[in-house]
Amino acid sequence: MTIKVLAIDDSRTIREMLRHTLTQGGFEVHVAEDGIDGMEKLPQVAPDVVITDINMPRMDGFGVINAIRAEAEFAGMPILVLTTESAQDLKERARNSGATGWIVKPFDDGKLIGTIRRITVA
Amino acid sequence: MSTANEIRQTFFQECDELLEALDDGLCEIDEGIADESFDLETVNAVFRAVHSIKGGAAAFGLDALVHFAHQFETVLDVMRAGELTPNDDVMKVCHRAADHLSDLVAAGRDNEIVEGDLGTEIAAKLSGLVVGSESAKPDNDTESETFGFVPLGLPIPTNTDDEDQELALNRFCVRFTPSAGLYTSGNDTSLLFRELAELGELEVTAETDRLPDLKNVDPGESYLSWVVILLTEESEQSLREVFEFVDGLCELQINLDLDATMPEGSPDATKDVDDEAQASSGVAAEESDSPTMVAASSPDSGTERAKPATGPKATVRVNLDLVDRLINMVGELVINQAVLTQCIKDAGLLDRGELSTSLAEFRNLARDIQESVMAIRAQSVKPLFQRMARIVREASELSGKDADFLTEGETTEVDKTIIERLVDPLTHMIRNAVDHGLEPPEQRRAAGKAETGHVKLTAAHRSGRVLIEVSDDGAGINREKVFQIAVEKGLIPGDSILKDAEIDNLLFLPGFSTAKEVSNLSGRGVGMDVVRSAIQKLGGRVSIFSQPGKGTTMSISLPLTLAVLDGMVVDVAGQTMVVPITAIVETLRPKAEDIHPLGADNQVVSVRNKLVPVIDLGVVFGHRRTPAPISDMVLLLVESDGSESWALAVDQIFDQRQVVIKGLETNYGHVPGVAAATILGDGNIALIIDPEETAHRSGPVADVGDRARLEEV
Repeated sequence: MTIKVLAIDDSRTIREMLRHTLTQGGFEVHVAEDGIDGMEKLPQVAPDVVITDINMPRMDGFGVINAIRAEAEFAGMPILVLTTESAQDLKERARNSGATGWIVKPFDDGKLIGTIRRITVA
Repeated sequence: MSTANEIRQTFFQECDELLEALDDGLCEIDEGIADESFDLETVNAVFRAVHSIKGGAAAFGLDALVHFAHQFETVLDVMRAGELTPNDDVMKVCHRAADHLSDLVAAGRDNEIVEGDLGTEIAAKLSGLVVGSESAKPDNDTESETFGFVPLGLPIPTNTDDEDQELALNRFCVRFTPSAGLYTSGNDTSLLFRELAELGELEVTAETDRLPDLKNVDPGESYLSWVVILLTEESEQSLREVFEFVDGLCELQINLDLDATMPEGSPDATKDVDDEAQASSGVAAEESDSPTMVAASSPDSGTERAKPATGPKATVRVNLDLVDRLINMVGELVINQAVLTQCIKDAGLLDRGELSTSLAEFRNLARDIQESVMAIRAQSVKPLFQRMARIVREASELSGKDADFLTEGETTEVDKTIIERLVDPLTHMIRNAVDHGLEPPEQRRAAGKAETGHVKLTAAHRSGRVLIEVSDDGAGINREKVFQIAVEKGLIPGDSILKDAEIDNLLFLPGFSTAKEVSNLSGRGVGMDVVRSAIQKLGGRVSIFSQPGKGTTMSISLPLTLAVLDGMVVDVAGQTMVVPITAIVETLRPKAEDIHPLGADNQVVSVRNKLVPVIDLGVVFGHRRTPAPISDMVLLLVESDGSESWALAVDQIFDQRQVVIKGLETNYGHVPGVAAATILGDGNIALIIDPEETAHRSGPVADVGDRARLEEV
């Protein structure tokens, strides 16, 4: 079964890149442009994994993680944080709010796909 | 075009938007300084703009851009944290940084390198702002690491530690005790085992000692631990990487096992380990439910994601070609509607009530559709004005004159193409305003003015056209000097007697430049004549108004669109032609006594005691050899912005209607006096004339002398 990915990032460039890379990687890709948009799309898309940026207007990545974890239906949803910040404290903070893992931008295509495969049940 | 290129294009488009948002935000912060208010959300937005540019740039390996954006972002981050209060000096640096960022983006787009030390200088100023601040992030090497964007097909990179080269099989014994937090963060032990299995031969044993009776089981709790024996060529590092995301969410022991015995942990020890792990992941465990507790969500938590009241405006991005095609087709529709009306009229069916009502509705609808479609192409002049703000900053820096830049009517919408083509002429005018318009500070002080000069840029809709004005509060045009230069350059005879406005308009003559020494800014070999011709190509006009000691105002008047035009359809010696309504001041049938001969072939008409040269369009366009008797004709009085008038003589007026402009220049070339062509209701083609150009082209006006030419603005 095709793995469905919901990618949330306020940068159109990053969204396009994710869409391209992940589609090539055999995933079904849906995108949202900020946390609010992402949370609206979440129930419709019902993804297997969520990838979210941290720094976004309206609702940031931490907001997304909290909101997803607060929904019983998606409480076990794998969430990858996509961030340029490779700083340890940000990883720590992301995980403390319930992120499954992280990808540091700029991402390597193969590694990105590998990471998603790693945390999803195909 | 490859997808990588498309994404690259998307990136640069997005950069333009982000740079605009950045400028907006910085200006808002500027205003905040004036009112002593500080909006954190604005600073956040500014930060995000720079951050997003950095993020994208890194993906395309634009190192210089990434590096500079990072430095800029650091300052904004400190500002965001409240450790740097924006003041005029700080903002000056930020504006310059934004300008430089924009240069770097442009350079990235063109695969060029920004030369010079400007970047270093601004970067130094930026780091000067954050010295001593705690939240200044140290440069992180990982962030400036670059990956070219490579289209897919890459294998998943394998870990490349030196130890990988060992081919001997290692036998690892992994003791793994997950905490509840591991599950609530969306990780899954089975997936970890799956990944381990990819490294080699795997043997997994579950320890179930701590599993209580079913009635005592807390579904949010983690009771199992695992012992994994892995035979692999990989290093311990590779194993650790599998557990990268769960580090801290589990107790993990990895031993390179030389004995073949399975370790046996005592139940007590396991329990301690588990408690420890739980404690360390307490936050996650408390905040969220376990995946197994499907039904138990607290009702409060659902309301956490309340939507803010204001969302972004819903927009779609459309390829401009599509819009242009649509505009073209709607144009055809309008023509077709006119043809249809003509046919029905010819068939004598127009007097049927219903048919004419439907036709009228059709006409209105077609016109509405056309207007709506045109509105898609319309854009606000704001980005253009923002660019000009930058020009003012640069010009004032280079010329050493302090200049404040004011704008008005930024939301005025104009056709996209017009906006694009306005950049160069406007840039030149703005530079001129700072460089030639404003006086140096000491001179201003002597004249009793504030040392800081003002350059103002305004836009407004004025009777179906757009009026853009550039004004400065400088010394005004030095008319004596202008006159003298014009005489020296042989542009006018030394004994010319010119009105003030005429002298001002000398600036637009080709080859005129008042700057004694060519400055770095304005004197780039481009004169105001180039500005004028650029504006004229857009169907616009430019005029100048100056008051000595008070300043100079240059006005540009432009059509709203390049696609349609309200025209008067006229008969010229049997040919149908269109005269733009905007040019026509009035139409009149001259009385015989108002017509006076001028020289052998020329005539003037007296309109309210003013003599206006008459131009027979039929002669100008070669449809007849000699002028027809004027008393039989209709005169269209047209006026230039320089208040020069002409009376265009036509045989009769047919109609007044909106016509679709079809350019001639692409397929044919420029014809003096002809602006474009259109297709009429009967399917025939009619030329749309450019009244001013026609007037200048025709004999009589040229004979009136150079004065008319000077006012040709």
